Amino acid sequence: MPHIPLPDGVPGIRSLVIYRPDTGQHLYALAQALLRAGSPDSTLANAERELIAAFVSKQNQTDFCMMSHAAASRYLYADQRDLVDQTLADTETSPISAKLKALLIIADHVRADARTVSEELVAAARAEGATDGDIHDTVLIAASFCMYNRYVDGLATLTPTDPAAYDAMGERMGTMGYQLPTPQASPATHLS
Amino acid sequence: MPHIPLPEQLPGITGLLENRLDTAQPIRELTQLLLRGESTLSQGERELIAALVSSRNCTNFCEAAHTKAADLLLGDDVTARAVKQDIETAPVSEKMKALLQIAAFTQQSGKAVTPEAVARAREAGATDREIHDTVLITALFSLYNKYVDGLATVAPADPAYYQMLGERITSRGYVRPPGGYPVQTH
Repeated sequence: MPHIPLPDGVPGIRSLVIYRPDTGQHLYALAQALLRAGSPDSTLANAERELIAAFVSKQNQTDFCMMSHAAASRYLYADQRDLVDQTLADTETSPISAKLKALLIIADHVRADARTVSEELVAAARAEGATDGDIHDTVLIAASFCMYNRYVDGLATLTPTDPAAYDAMGERMGTMGYQLPTPQASPATHLS
Repeated sequence: MPHIPLPEQLPGITGLLENRLDTAQPIRELTQLLLRGESTLSQGERELIAALVSSRNCTNFCEAAHTKAADLLLGDDVTARAVKQDIETAPVSEKMKALLQIAAFTQQSGKAVTPEAVARAREAGATDREIHDTVLITALFSLYNKYVDGLATVAPADPAYYQMLGERITSRGYVRPPGGYPVQTH
């Protein structure tokens, strides 16, 4: 049960941004800017950005964010969708690029203790072709999901357990991006 | 040295925010609302949460800046220091102690916030909104601290820098000044 009264039946971050939309609009705007735009010199695809978000949320054990961003990443990867679950199961053996693997290592260090992002880790990512924008965006996506994860878990929001519930969210996030939900919207048809 | 090229004259978070204005804007607006917007927590109390979280994350730049901001807003330089050392013996209200403990749990992990910690805050008079805002301020400073440390930004050693920064964020807040931060030539 959530720690504060939140709209009934609305999961995760959506219940929180409906509770306080003035701060919520900026949380959604940040997600849109980071996960659907990125630095001008960044080479990261939206599917890869969502995968970094899902990976950090998994490491933080925030199931709602992990499941929803994994679903968005699967939708965006389309016929390569299996990469998402392979990466979340085992980053090392997953057939993603060496560049993305190096960036996921940086993301995990940001998550655990950002002071441990060393020059060596950054150089390893650069050696695989990561740009300044890729490094920046990886650090900020990881830092941002440490915020979203804490917000969602810290107030004990509703986390649907049925994996099918996340497929609709993933498609919505993949096609429409991050738009602030309205309190009138039915949670059953407007999940994202 | 920072991991990516950043404006040299702008240490810490300022250079990061100027480097990427599109992501900086929602981060700045969110901070302005949470730390300077309407609230039943004073601005000084909210800066105490920011200083505590930054201290627990060992992010020197943010800790120094928000400790200074709390000092200026509370009118003393002992409260923030005491809170960072030991929440339970710090000279703050029972409600603030309970909220600061929620912040300390959230800093570790959102899952660490227990129903007991929330119940203690409520018994001390905390509202739903105060509990919500405490969690979100802590979450936001987790972002800031990790952004600042993860890209190895520079934290100036000179205390005068944080005096200037503390005065800036208590007088002008967190929105970007019109025209940004032109290089001072005098």
